[in-house]
Amino acid sequence: MKTKNVQKLKQIANQIRQDIIEMLYRAGSGHPAGALGMADIFAVLYFSVLSHTPERPDNPNRDRVVLSNGHICPVLYATLARAGYFPLVKLKTLRKINSDLQGHPHNLDLPGVETSSGPLGQGISQAVGMALAGKMDKAWHHIYCLTSDGEHNEGQLWEAVMTANKYKLNNLTVIVDYNRIQIDGFTKDIMPLASLRNKYLAFGWEVKEVGGNNIRELLRVLPLRKNKPLVIIAHTTPGQGVSFMEDKWQWHGQAPDKDQTAEALAELKTKI
Amino acid sequence: MLVSNWSQQNKLLKKSTRQGFGDALLALAKNNKNIVVVSADLAESTRVQKFGQKYPERFVEVGVAEQNAMGIAAGLALSGKIPFVASFGVFSPGRNWDQLRVSVCYSKANVKIVSTHTGLAVGEDGASHQALEDIALTRVLPNLTVIAPADYNETVAVTKAIAKHPGPVYLRLARQNSPVFTKINSIFKIGRAEILLRGNDITLIACGPVIYEALLAAHELAKKKIRVEIINCPTIKPLDKKTILRSVKKTKKLITLEDHQKAGGLGSALAEMLSQNYPVKSIIMGVNDTFGESGKPDQLWDKYGLSKKHIVDNIKKLLKK
Repeated sequence: MKTKNVQKLKQIANQIRQDIIEMLYRAGSGHPAGALGMADIFAVLYFSVLSHTPERPDNPNRDRVVLSNGHICPVLYATLARAGYFPLVKLKTLRKINSDLQGHPHNLDLPGVETSSGPLGQGISQAVGMALAGKMDKAWHHIYCLTSDGEHNEGQLWEAVMTANKYKLNNLTVIVDYNRIQIDGFTKDIMPLASLRNKYLAFGWEVKEVGGNNIRELLRVLPLRKNKPLVIIAHTTPGQGVSFMEDKWQWHGQAPDKDQTAEALAELKTKI
Repeated sequence: MLVSNWSQQNKLLKKSTRQGFGDALLALAKNNKNIVVVSADLAESTRVQKFGQKYPERFVEVGVAEQNAMGIAAGLALSGKIPFVASFGVFSPGRNWDQLRVSVCYSKANVKIVSTHTGLAVGEDGASHQALEDIALTRVLPNLTVIAPADYNETVAVTKAIAKHPGPVYLRLARQNSPVFTKINSIFKIGRAEILLRGNDITLIACGPVIYEALLAAHELAKKKIRVEIINCPTIKPLDKKTILRSVKKTKKLITLEDHQKAGGLGSALAEMLSQNYPVKSIIMGVNDTFGESGKPDQLWDKYGLSKKHIVDNIKKLLKK
Protein backbone atom coordinates (compact mmCIF):
# COMPACT_ATOMS: atom_id res chain seq x y z
CA MET A 1 0.00 0.00 0.00
CA LYS A 2 1.99 2.96 -1.26
CA THR A 3 0.76 6.52 -0.90
CA LYS A 4 2.02 10.02 -1.43
CA ASN A 5 -0.95 11.49 0.39
CA VAL A 6 0.45 13.72 3.13
CA GLN A 7 -2.63 13.49 5.32
CA LYS A 8 -2.67 9.71 5.07
CA LEU A 9 1.03 9.48 5.97
CA LYS A 10 0.50 11.81 8.93
CA GLN A 11 -2.20 9.47 10.18
CA ILE A 12 0.09 6.46 9.82
CA ALA A 13 2.88 8.24 11.68
CA ASN A 14 0.45 9.18 14.41
CA GLN A 15 -0.72 5.59 14.73
CA ILE A 16 2.91 4.43 14.94
CA ARG A 17 3.48 6.95 17.74
CA GLN A 18 0.50 5.61 19.67
CA ASP A 19 1.85 2.09 19.20
CA ILE A 20 5.25 3.20 20.52
CA ILE A 21 3.73 4.74 23.66
CA GLU A 22 1.63 1.66 24.38
CA MET A 23 4.53 -0.72 23.73
CA LEU A 24 6.89 1.15 26.01
CA TYR A 25 4.29 1.45 28.75
CA ARG A 26 3.68 -2.31 28.66
CA ALA A 27 7.41 -3.03 28.50
CA GLY A 28 8.22 -0.73 31.42
CA SER A 29 11.49 0.31 29.80
CA GLY A 30 12.81 1.47 26.44
CA HIS A 31 13.61 4.56 24.41
CA PRO A 32 10.67 6.84 23.51
CA ALA A 33 12.30 10.11 22.39
CA GLY A 34 14.19 8.84 19.35
CA ALA A 35 11.45 6.42 18.38
CA LEU A 36 8.77 9.15 18.40
CA GLY A 37 11.03 11.60 16.59
CA MET A 38 11.60 9.12 13.75
CA ALA A 39 7.96 8.06 13.24
CA ASP A 40 7.45 10.37 10.25
CA ILE A 41 10.56 9.10 8.49
CA PHE A 42 9.53 5.48 9.07
CA ALA A 43 6.02 6.17 7.81
CA VAL A 44 7.27 7.83 4.61
CA LEU A 45 9.93 5.15 4.03
CA TYR A 46 7.73 2.09 4.48
CA PHE A 47 4.47 3.48 3.09
CA SER A 48 5.75 5.58 0.22
CA VAL A 49 9.40 5.13 -0.72
CA LEU A 50 10.61 1.58 -0.24
CA SER A 51 10.29 -1.12 -2.81
CA HIS A 52 9.45 -4.02 -0.53
CA THR A 53 7.16 -7.02 -0.14
CA PRO A 54 6.06 -7.60 3.48
CA GLU A 55 4.50 -10.92 2.52
CA ARG A 56 7.86 -12.03 1.13
CA PRO A 57 10.44 -10.42 3.43
CA ASP A 58 13.40 -12.31 1.95
CA ASN A 59 12.72 -11.09 -1.59
CA PRO A 60 16.26 -10.55 -2.93
CA ASN A 61 15.18 -7.46 -4.88
CA ARG A 62 13.84 -5.65 -1.82
CA ASP A 63 15.23 -2.35 -0.65
CA ARG A 64 17.02 -2.83 2.67
CA VAL A 65 16.64 -0.75 5.81
CA VAL A 66 19.48 -1.14 8.29
CA LEU A 67 18.62 0.34 11.68
CA SER A 68 21.99 1.19 13.18
CA ASN A 69 20.86 2.95 16.36
CA GLY A 70 18.95 -0.14 17.43
CA HIS A 71 17.55 1.32 20.65
CA ILE A 72 14.81 3.16 18.73
CA CYS A 73 13.47 -0.21 17.53
CA PRO A 74 9.91 0.32 18.87
CA VAL A 75 9.40 2.60 15.85
CA LEU A 76 10.75 -0.13 13.55
CA TYR A 77 8.59 -2.83 15.12
CA ALA A 78 5.43 -0.71 15.04
CA THR A 79 6.07 0.28 11.41
CA LEU A 80 6.77 -3.30 10.32
CA ALA A 81 3.59 -4.50 12.00
CA ARG A 82 1.52 -1.70 10.45
CA ALA A 83 3.08 -2.52 7.05
CA GLY A 84 2.00 -6.14 7.41
CA TYR A 85 5.24 -7.96 8.23
CA PHE A 86 3.74 -9.59 11.34
CA PRO A 87 0.54 -9.36 13.42
CA LEU A 88 -0.03 -6.20 15.44
CA VAL A 89 -0.74 -8.25 18.54
CA LYS A 90 2.97 -9.08 18.75
CA LEU A 91 3.72 -5.46 19.62
CA LYS A 92 2.38 -6.14 23.12
CA THR A 93 5.29 -8.47 23.80
CA LEU A 94 8.13 -5.94 23.43
CA ARG A 95 10.98 -6.74 25.84
CA LYS A 96 9.07 -9.63 27.43
CA ILE A 97 10.42 -13.13 27.95
CA ASN A 98 10.02 -15.45 24.91
CA SER A 99 9.19 -12.49 22.65
CA ASP A 100 10.38 -11.95 19.09
CA LEU A 101 10.52 -8.24 19.88
CA GLN A 102 13.85 -7.97 21.62
CA GLY A 103 14.93 -4.82 23.44
CA HIS A 104 17.31 -4.27 20.55
CA PRO A 105 16.65 -5.67 17.06
CA HIS A 106 17.68 -9.19 16.06
CA ASN A 107 17.45 -10.18 12.41
CA LEU A 108 16.71 -13.83 13.13
CA ASP A 109 13.66 -13.10 15.29
CA LEU A 110 11.45 -10.95 13.08
CA PRO A 111 10.70 -10.67 9.37
CA GLY A 112 11.78 -7.30 7.99
CA VAL A 113 14.61 -6.82 10.48
CA GLU A 114 17.75 -6.89 8.35
CA THR A 115 20.53 -6.89 10.98
CA SER A 116 21.21 -7.10 14.68
CA SER A 117 22.04 -3.81 16.35
CA GLY A 118 22.34 -2.14 19.71
CA PRO A 119 26.04 -1.52 20.25
CA LEU A 120 26.39 1.71 18.28
CA GLY A 121 28.42 2.42 15.17
CA GLN A 122 27.99 -0.90 13.38
CA GLY A 123 25.12 -0.24 10.98
CA ILE A 124 26.74 1.78 8.21
CA SER A 125 29.47 -0.83 7.77
CA GLN A 126 26.82 -3.49 7.27
CA ALA A 127 24.89 -1.23 4.92
CA VAL A 128 28.11 -0.64 2.95
CA GLY A 129 28.57 -4.42 2.76
CA MET A 130 25.03 -4.78 1.42
CA ALA A 131 25.55 -1.96 -1.07
CA LEU A 132 28.80 -3.58 -2.27
CA ALA A 133 26.98 -6.89 -2.71
CA GLY A 134 24.32 -5.04 -4.70
CA LYS A 135 27.01 -3.59 -6.96
CA MET A 136 28.65 -7.01 -7.43
CA ASP A 137 25.28 -8.45 -8.43
CA LYS A 138 24.42 -5.43 -10.60
CA ALA A 139 21.19 -5.25 -8.62
CA TRP A 140 18.76 -2.34 -8.62
CA HIS A 141 17.65 -2.30 -5.00
CA HIS A 142 18.63 0.48 -2.62
CA ILE A 143 20.12 0.38 0.88
CA TYR A 144 18.95 2.78 3.57
CA CYS A 145 20.82 3.06 6.84
CA LEU A 146 19.26 4.87 9.77
CA THR A 147 21.59 6.35 12.35
CA SER A 148 21.64 9.25 14.78
CA ASP A 149 23.70 12.28 15.65
CA GLY A 150 24.88 10.71 18.90
CA GLU A 151 25.99 7.61 17.04
CA HIS A 152 28.48 9.74 15.14
CA ASN A 153 30.69 9.62 18.26
CA GLU A 154 31.68 6.10 17.18
CA GLY A 155 34.89 5.80 15.15
CA GLN A 156 33.76 2.78 13.14
CA LEU A 157 31.00 4.86 11.59
CA TRP A 158 33.55 7.15 9.95
CA GLU A 159 35.53 4.17 8.67
CA ALA A 160 32.37 3.09 6.87
CA VAL A 161 31.66 6.61 5.58
CA MET A 162 35.14 6.64 4.03
CA THR A 163 34.59 3.28 2.37
CA ALA A 164 31.23 4.28 0.85
CA ASN A 165 33.00 7.17 -0.86
CA LYS A 166 35.83 4.98 -2.11
CA TYR A 167 33.41 2.60 -3.81
CA LYS A 168 31.06 5.39 -4.97
CA LEU A 169 28.07 3.64 -3.43
CA ASN A 170 25.23 5.54 -5.05
CA ASN A 171 22.89 2.74 -3.94
CA LEU A 172 23.30 3.82 -0.31
CA THR A 173 21.39 6.49 1.59
CA VAL A 174 22.17 7.25 5.21
CA ILE A 175 19.52 9.05 7.22
CA VAL A 176 20.76 10.80 10.35
CA ASP A 177 18.26 11.37 13.14
CA TYR A 178 19.64 14.75 14.15
CA ASN A 179 17.69 15.24 17.37
CA ARG A 180 20.44 16.91 19.40
CA ILE A 181 20.19 14.58 22.39
CA GLN A 182 21.91 11.43 23.57
CA ILE A 183 21.59 9.31 26.67
CA ASP A 184 23.41 11.56 29.15
CA GLY A 185 22.42 14.96 27.81
CA PHE A 186 22.54 17.27 24.80
CA THR A 187 24.99 16.24 22.09
CA LYS A 188 26.50 19.74 22.12
CA ASP A 189 27.59 19.07 25.70
CA ILE A 190 28.49 15.37 25.49
CA MET A 191 30.39 15.51 22.18
CA PRO A 192 29.75 18.41 19.82
CA LEU A 193 29.60 17.34 16.17
CA ALA A 194 30.44 20.78 14.77
CA SER A 195 29.22 20.80 11.16
CA LEU A 196 28.00 17.35 10.25
CA ARG A 197 27.23 18.65 6.76
CA ASN A 198 30.82 19.77 6.22
CA LYS A 199 32.16 16.52 7.62
CA TYR A 200 30.17 14.45 5.13
CA LEU A 201 31.06 16.82 2.30
CA ALA A 202 34.73 16.41 3.17
CA PHE A 203 34.25 12.64 3.00
CA GLY A 204 32.93 12.98 -0.55
CA TRP A 205 29.22 12.45 0.10
CA GLU A 206 26.16 14.22 -1.25
CA VAL A 207 24.40 15.99 1.63
CA LYS A 208 20.75 16.98 2.03
CA GLU A 209 19.22 18.54 5.10
CA VAL A 210 15.55 18.13 5.80
CA GLY A 211 12.94 18.73 8.47
CA GLY A 212 12.70 15.20 9.82
CA ASN A 213 9.13 15.67 10.98
CA ASN A 214 7.96 17.36 7.79
CA ILE A 215 6.22 14.72 5.69
CA ARG A 216 6.07 16.91 2.61
CA GLU A 217 9.84 17.48 2.66
CA LEU A 218 10.53 13.82 3.42
CA LEU A 219 8.46 12.74 0.42
CA ARG A 220 10.69 14.87 -1.76
CA VAL A 221 14.07 13.97 -0.29
CA LEU A 222 13.95 10.30 0.83
CA PRO A 223 13.55 8.88 -2.71
CA LEU A 224 16.44 10.94 -4.13
CA ARG A 225 19.15 9.13 -6.05
CA LYS A 226 22.56 10.72 -6.61
CA ASN A 227 25.75 9.58 -8.31
CA LYS A 228 27.46 9.10 -4.95
CA PRO A 229 26.45 8.05 -1.43
CA LEU A 230 23.79 10.34 -0.02
CA VAL A 231 23.35 11.42 3.58
CA ILE A 232 20.09 13.01 4.65
CA ILE A 233 20.53 14.98 7.84
CA ALA A 234 17.03 14.93 9.28
CA HIS A 235 16.42 17.58 11.91
CA THR A 236 13.92 15.95 14.20
CA THR A 237 12.29 16.78 17.49
CA PRO A 238 12.92 14.03 20.01
CA GLY A 239 9.62 12.94 21.54
CA GLN A 240 7.73 14.58 18.63
CA GLY A 241 3.97 14.50 19.10
CA VAL A 242 4.00 14.16 22.89
CA SER A 243 4.46 17.66 24.31
CA PHE A 244 5.93 16.70 27.66
CA MET A 245 8.60 14.55 25.99
CA GLU A 246 9.60 16.94 23.21
CA ASP A 247 13.23 18.09 23.25
CA LYS A 248 13.82 16.49 26.66
CA TRP A 249 16.95 14.33 26.71
CA GLN A 250 15.60 12.78 29.92
CA TRP A 251 13.16 10.85 27.68
CA HIS A 252 15.95 9.22 25.69
CA GLY A 253 15.73 6.01 27.71
CA GLN A 254 12.75 6.07 30.03
CA ALA A 255 9.28 4.53 29.61
CA PRO A 256 6.12 6.49 30.46
CA ASP A 257 4.09 5.49 33.53
CA LYS A 258 0.33 4.92 33.50
CA ASP A 259 -0.70 8.58 33.81
CA GLN A 260 1.93 9.75 31.34
CA THR A 261 0.79 7.08 28.89
CA ALA A 262 -2.83 8.24 29.14
CA GLU A 263 -1.77 11.85 28.66
CA ALA A 264 0.43 11.02 25.69
CA LEU A 265 -2.22 8.91 23.95
CA ALA A 266 -4.90 11.54 24.56
CA GLU A 267 -2.72 14.19 22.96
CA LEU A 268 -1.86 12.01 19.95
CA LYS A 269 -5.52 11.15 19.38
CA THR A 270 -6.47 14.84 19.17
CA LYS A 271 -3.98 15.21 16.32
CA ILE A 272 -5.61 12.76 13.92
CA MET B 1 47.13 -38.78 8.20
CA LEU B 2 50.85 -38.40 8.71
CA VAL B 3 53.24 -38.62 5.81
CA SER B 4 55.50 -41.66 6.09
CA ASN B 5 58.70 -39.72 6.77
CA TRP B 6 57.09 -37.34 9.26
CA SER B 7 59.84 -37.76 11.84
CA GLN B 8 62.60 -36.59 9.48
CA GLN B 9 62.24 -32.91 10.22
CA ASN B 10 64.91 -31.75 7.79
CA LYS B 11 63.42 -33.62 4.85
CA LEU B 12 59.92 -32.21 5.20
CA LEU B 13 58.68 -29.39 3.05
CA LYS B 14 58.20 -26.18 5.06
CA LYS B 15 55.24 -24.01 4.18
CA SER B 16 52.99 -21.78 6.23
CA THR B 17 49.35 -22.38 7.03
CA ARG B 18 48.56 -18.85 5.78
CA GLN B 19 49.92 -19.91 2.39
CA GLY B 20 47.67 -22.96 2.46
CA PHE B 21 44.72 -20.65 3.00
CA GLY B 22 45.73 -18.27 0.21
CA ASP B 23 46.26 -21.10 -2.28
CA ALA B 24 43.02 -22.87 -1.39
CA LEU B 25 41.04 -19.65 -1.55
CA LEU B 26 42.28 -18.92 -5.04
CA ALA B 27 41.28 -22.39 -6.18
CA LEU B 28 37.84 -22.17 -4.55
CA ALA B 29 37.09 -18.74 -5.99
CA LYS B 30 37.23 -20.06 -9.52
CA ASN B 31 34.09 -22.16 -9.13
CA ASN B 32 32.29 -20.29 -6.37
CA LYS B 33 31.41 -16.78 -7.47
CA ASN B 34 29.97 -15.96 -4.05
CA ILE B 35 33.36 -16.05 -2.40
CA VAL B 36 34.56 -12.52 -1.67
CA VAL B 37 37.46 -11.14 0.35
CA VAL B 38 37.57 -8.20 2.74
CA SER B 39 41.08 -6.96 3.38
CA ALA B 40 42.31 -4.39 5.88
CA ASP B 41 45.59 -3.33 4.24
CA LEU B 42 47.31 -6.66 4.87
CA ALA B 43 46.56 -8.42 1.60
CA GLU B 44 50.11 -9.56 0.96
CA SER B 45 50.73 -10.73 4.52
CA THR B 46 47.43 -12.58 4.73
CA ARG B 47 47.96 -14.16 1.31
CA VAL B 48 44.79 -12.77 -0.27
CA GLN B 49 46.68 -10.50 -2.67
CA LYS B 50 46.50 -12.93 -5.58
CA PHE B 51 42.76 -13.28 -5.08
CA GLY B 52 42.53 -9.49 -5.27
CA GLN B 53 44.54 -9.37 -8.48
CA LYS B 54 42.57 -12.14 -10.14
CA TYR B 55 39.11 -11.16 -8.90
CA PRO B 56 39.21 -7.40 -8.24
CA GLU B 57 35.39 -7.16 -8.48
CA ARG B 58 35.11 -9.52 -5.51
CA PHE B 59 37.87 -7.95 -3.45
CA VAL B 60 37.03 -5.21 -0.95
CA GLU B 61 39.95 -3.22 0.47
CA VAL B 62 38.88 -1.12 3.45
CA GLY B 63 42.26 0.12 4.60
CA VAL B 64 43.45 -0.04 8.19
CA ALA B 65 39.96 -0.38 9.65
CA GLU B 66 39.24 -3.80 11.11
CA GLN B 67 35.96 -2.91 12.80
CA ASN B 68 34.60 -1.69 9.49
CA ALA B 69 36.02 -4.76 7.74
CA MET B 70 34.04 -7.06 10.01
CA GLY B 71 30.85 -5.04 9.59
CA ILE B 72 31.17 -4.95 5.80
CA ALA B 73 31.74 -8.69 5.81
CA ALA B 74 28.51 -9.09 7.80
CA GLY B 75 26.61 -6.97 5.26
CA LEU B 76 28.04 -8.98 2.36
CA ALA B 77 27.11 -12.24 4.07
CA LEU B 78 23.58 -11.07 4.80
CA SER B 79 23.32 -10.42 1.04
CA GLY B 80 24.30 -13.98 0.14
CA LYS B 81 28.06 -13.62 -0.29
CA ILE B 82 30.67 -15.78 1.45
CA PRO B 83 33.14 -13.20 2.73
CA PHE B 84 36.58 -14.11 4.04
CA VAL B 85 37.83 -11.25 6.19
CA ALA B 86 41.58 -11.56 6.52
CA SER B 87 43.83 -9.85 9.04
CA PHE B 88 46.12 -10.55 12.01
CA GLY B 89 44.77 -12.08 15.22
CA VAL B 90 45.59 -9.06 17.35
CA PHE B 91 43.40 -6.90 15.07
CA SER B 92 40.75 -9.42 14.13
CA PRO B 93 39.22 -10.60 16.46
CA GLY B 94 41.41 -8.48 18.77
CA ARG B 95 40.19 -5.09 17.70
CA ASN B 96 36.79 -5.92 16.24
CA TRP B 97 35.40 -8.38 18.75
CA ASP B 98 32.21 -6.36 19.32
CA GLN B 99 31.54 -6.36 15.57
CA LEU B 100 32.26 -10.09 15.45
CA ARG B 101 29.88 -10.65 18.34
CA VAL B 102 26.89 -8.55 17.23
CA SER B 103 27.17 -7.96 13.47
CA VAL B 104 28.35 -11.50 12.69
CA CYS B 105 27.69 -14.13 15.37
CA TYR B 106 24.36 -12.86 16.77
CA SER B 107 23.06 -12.52 13.20
CA LYS B 108 24.57 -15.87 12.14
CA ALA B 109 26.16 -14.04 9.22
CA ASN B 110 28.12 -16.45 7.04
CA VAL B 111 31.49 -14.75 7.54
CA LYS B 112 34.84 -16.53 7.64
CA ILE B 113 37.25 -14.69 9.91
CA VAL B 114 40.82 -15.57 9.00
CA SER B 115 43.74 -14.56 11.21
CA THR B 116 47.03 -15.39 9.56
CA HIS B 117 49.30 -14.16 12.34
CA THR B 118 48.80 -15.81 15.71
CA GLY B 119 50.85 -17.14 18.59
CA LEU B 120 54.38 -16.47 19.79
CA ALA B 121 55.50 -17.81 16.41
CA VAL B 122 54.59 -14.46 14.80
CA GLY B 123 58.18 -13.92 15.91
CA GLU B 124 60.24 -10.80 15.39
CA ASP B 125 57.32 -8.34 15.41
CA GLY B 126 57.08 -8.97 19.13
CA ALA B 127 54.41 -9.11 21.78
CA SER B 128 52.06 -6.45 20.37
CA HIS B 129 51.57 -8.59 17.27
CA GLN B 130 51.52 -12.03 18.88
CA ALA B 131 47.87 -13.00 19.31
CA LEU B 132 47.78 -15.25 22.37
CA GLU B 133 44.16 -14.61 23.28
CA ASP B 134 42.21 -15.15 20.07
CA ILE B 135 40.98 -18.68 20.83
CA ALA B 136 39.65 -17.44 24.16
CA LEU B 137 37.94 -14.50 22.47
CA THR B 138 36.27 -16.57 19.80
CA ARG B 139 35.24 -19.79 21.47
CA VAL B 140 32.95 -17.96 23.91
CA LEU B 141 30.82 -16.66 21.05
CA PRO B 142 27.62 -18.59 20.22
CA ASN B 143 27.19 -19.71 16.58
CA LEU B 144 30.94 -19.42 15.93
CA THR B 145 33.07 -22.41 14.90
CA VAL B 146 36.78 -22.20 15.83
CA ILE B 147 39.46 -24.03 13.86
CA ALA B 148 43.27 -24.00 14.10
CA PRO B 149 44.88 -26.29 11.50
CA ALA B 150 48.30 -27.86 11.99
CA ASP B 151 50.03 -27.50 8.65
CA TYR B 152 49.75 -26.35 5.04
CA ASN B 153 47.92 -29.40 3.73
CA GLU B 154 45.40 -29.46 6.52
CA THR B 155 44.75 -25.76 6.01
CA VAL B 156 43.91 -26.36 2.36
CA ALA B 157 41.34 -28.98 3.42
CA VAL B 158 39.97 -26.75 6.19
CA THR B 159 39.58 -23.76 3.88
CA LYS B 160 37.54 -25.84 1.45
CA ALA B 161 35.39 -27.21 4.27
CA ILE B 162 34.57 -23.85 5.85
CA ALA B 163 33.64 -22.32 2.50
CA LYS B 164 30.90 -24.95 2.30
CA HIS B 165 29.88 -24.65 5.95
CA PRO B 166 26.94 -22.27 6.47
CA GLY B 167 27.68 -20.00 9.41
CA PRO B 168 30.52 -17.98 10.90
CA VAL B 169 33.92 -19.61 11.34
CA TYR B 170 37.11 -18.35 12.96
CA LEU B 171 40.20 -19.74 11.22
CA ARG B 172 43.40 -19.44 13.25
CA LEU B 173 46.49 -19.59 11.07
CA ALA B 174 50.20 -18.96 11.43
CA ARG B 175 52.76 -16.81 9.69
CA GLN B 176 55.83 -19.01 9.94
CA ASN B 177 56.88 -21.73 7.55
CA SER B 178 56.45 -25.03 9.37
CA PRO B 179 56.85 -28.71 8.51
CA VAL B 180 54.20 -30.19 6.23
CA PHE B 181 53.63 -33.53 7.92
CA THR B 182 50.07 -34.43 6.94
CA LYS B 183 49.20 -36.02 3.61
CA ILE B 184 47.81 -34.06 0.70
CA ASN B 185 44.04 -34.45 0.37
CA SER B 186 43.60 -35.79 3.89
CA ILE B 187 39.94 -35.85 4.80
CA PHE B 188 38.94 -33.02 7.10
CA LYS B 189 35.59 -32.74 8.79
CA ILE B 190 34.64 -29.82 10.99
CA GLY B 191 34.38 -31.04 14.58
CA ARG B 192 36.54 -34.10 14.12
CA ALA B 193 39.86 -34.68 15.88
CA GLU B 194 42.37 -37.07 14.40
CA ILE B 195 44.68 -39.53 16.12
CA LEU B 196 48.07 -39.00 14.48
CA LEU B 197 49.99 -41.48 16.62
CA ARG B 198 48.50 -44.26 18.69
CA GLY B 199 49.73 -44.99 22.20
CA ASN B 200 48.50 -46.32 25.54
CA ASP B 201 50.56 -44.41 28.09
CA ILE B 202 49.43 -40.82 27.78
CA THR B 203 47.26 -38.64 25.53
CA LEU B 204 48.59 -35.40 24.08
CA ILE B 205 46.07 -33.12 22.35
CA ALA B 206 47.25 -30.09 20.41
CA CYS B 207 46.25 -27.67 17.66
CA GLY B 208 48.22 -25.55 15.22
CA PRO B 209 51.77 -25.99 13.87
CA VAL B 210 53.19 -26.36 17.41
CA ILE B 211 51.80 -29.92 17.35
CA TYR B 212 54.88 -30.89 15.35
CA GLU B 213 56.95 -30.36 18.53
CA ALA B 214 54.70 -32.94 20.21
CA LEU B 215 55.27 -35.40 17.38
CA LEU B 216 59.04 -34.99 17.80
CA ALA B 217 58.68 -35.51 21.55
CA ALA B 218 56.63 -38.68 20.98
CA HIS B 219 59.22 -39.93 18.51
CA GLU B 220 61.99 -39.46 21.05
CA LEU B 221 60.01 -41.10 23.87
CA ALA B 222 59.09 -44.07 21.67
CA LYS B 223 62.75 -45.03 21.80
CA LYS B 224 62.29 -45.38 25.59
CA LYS B 225 59.13 -47.46 25.12
CA ILE B 226 56.85 -44.62 26.17
CA ARG B 227 53.85 -44.62 23.86
CA VAL B 228 52.23 -41.23 23.46
CA GLU B 229 48.88 -40.94 21.74
CA ILE B 230 48.96 -37.72 19.73
CA ILE B 231 45.62 -36.21 18.78
CA ASN B 232 45.40 -33.32 16.38
CA CYS B 233 42.39 -31.25 17.43
CA PRO B 234 41.99 -28.50 14.82
CA THR B 235 38.36 -27.84 15.70
CA ILE B 236 38.41 -26.23 19.12
CA LYS B 237 34.71 -25.56 18.90
CA PRO B 238 32.80 -27.84 18.68
CA LEU B 239 35.12 -30.38 20.31
CA ASP B 240 35.25 -33.97 19.12
CA LYS B 241 34.13 -35.42 22.46
CA LYS B 242 33.98 -38.99 21.24
CA THR B 243 37.57 -39.26 20.01
CA ILE B 244 38.92 -37.36 23.00
CA LEU B 245 37.00 -39.32 25.65
CA ARG B 246 37.90 -42.65 24.10
CA SER B 247 41.57 -41.75 24.26
CA VAL B 248 41.68 -40.38 27.81
CA LYS B 249 39.61 -43.30 29.11
CA LYS B 250 42.39 -45.51 27.77
CA THR B 251 45.43 -43.52 28.95
CA LYS B 252 44.01 -41.70 32.01
CA LYS B 253 46.54 -38.93 31.47
CA LEU B 254 46.37 -35.81 29.32
CA ILE B 255 48.71 -33.11 28.12
CA THR B 256 47.36 -30.24 26.04
CA LEU B 257 49.54 -28.01 23.89
CA GLU B 258 48.92 -24.75 22.04
CA ASP B 259 50.69 -21.53 21.03
CA HIS B 260 48.18 -19.43 22.98
CA GLN B 261 47.55 -18.39 26.57
CA LYS B 262 46.83 -21.31 28.87
CA ALA B 263 43.72 -19.43 29.97
CA GLY B 264 40.79 -19.79 27.62
CA GLY B 265 42.39 -21.81 24.86
CA LEU B 266 42.27 -25.42 23.70
CA GLY B 267 43.52 -26.67 27.08
CA SER B 268 40.76 -24.79 28.85
CA ALA B 269 38.15 -26.12 26.44
CA LEU B 270 39.34 -29.68 27.06
CA ALA B 271 39.48 -29.15 30.83
CA GLU B 272 35.92 -27.83 30.80
CA MET B 273 34.70 -30.83 28.86
CA LEU B 274 36.67 -33.50 30.71
CA SER B 275 36.02 -32.16 34.21
CA GLN B 276 32.33 -32.80 33.57
CA ASN B 277 32.71 -36.13 31.77
CA TYR B 278 35.88 -37.95 32.70
CA PRO B 279 38.39 -36.02 34.82
CA VAL B 280 41.99 -37.14 34.37
CA LYS B 281 45.35 -35.89 35.56
CA SER B 282 46.36 -33.16 33.13
CA ILE B 283 48.98 -30.58 32.28
CA ILE B 284 47.94 -27.61 30.15
CA MET B 285 50.88 -26.38 28.09
CA GLY B 286 50.61 -22.87 26.72
CA VAL B 287 51.81 -19.37 27.40
CA ASN B 288 51.62 -18.79 31.13
CA ASP B 289 49.84 -15.44 31.64
CA THR B 290 52.57 -13.37 30.09
CA PHE B 291 53.18 -11.40 26.90
CA GLY B 292 55.73 -12.62 24.38
CA GLU B 293 58.70 -10.79 22.88
CA SER B 294 60.71 -10.56 19.66
CA GLY B 295 62.67 -13.59 18.50
CA LYS B 296 62.57 -16.53 16.13
CA PRO B 297 59.60 -18.88 16.49
CA ASP B 298 61.66 -21.83 17.70
CA GLN B 299 63.56 -19.64 20.17
CA LEU B 300 60.27 -18.31 21.53
CA TRP B 301 58.70 -21.77 21.83
CA ASP B 302 61.78 -22.86 23.70
CA LYS B 303 61.89 -19.87 26.04
CA TYR B 304 58.15 -19.94 26.80
CA GLY B 305 57.94 -23.67 27.39
CA LEU B 306 56.31 -25.04 24.24
CA SER B 307 59.18 -26.87 22.50
CA LYS B 308 59.99 -30.56 22.31
CA LYS B 309 62.16 -30.69 25.41
CA HIS B 310 59.45 -29.11 27.57
CA ILE B 311 56.91 -31.57 26.20
CA VAL B 312 59.20 -34.51 26.97
CA ASP B 313 59.72 -33.19 30.51
CA ASN B 314 56.02 -32.74 31.10
CA ILE B 315 55.17 -36.19 29.79
CA LYS B 316 57.72 -37.77 32.12
CA LYS B 317 56.44 -35.69 35.00
CA LEU B 318 52.83 -36.66 34.43
CA LEU B 319 53.65 -40.36 34.00
CA LYS B 320 55.19 -40.36 37.49
CA LYS B 321 52.00 -38.99 39.07
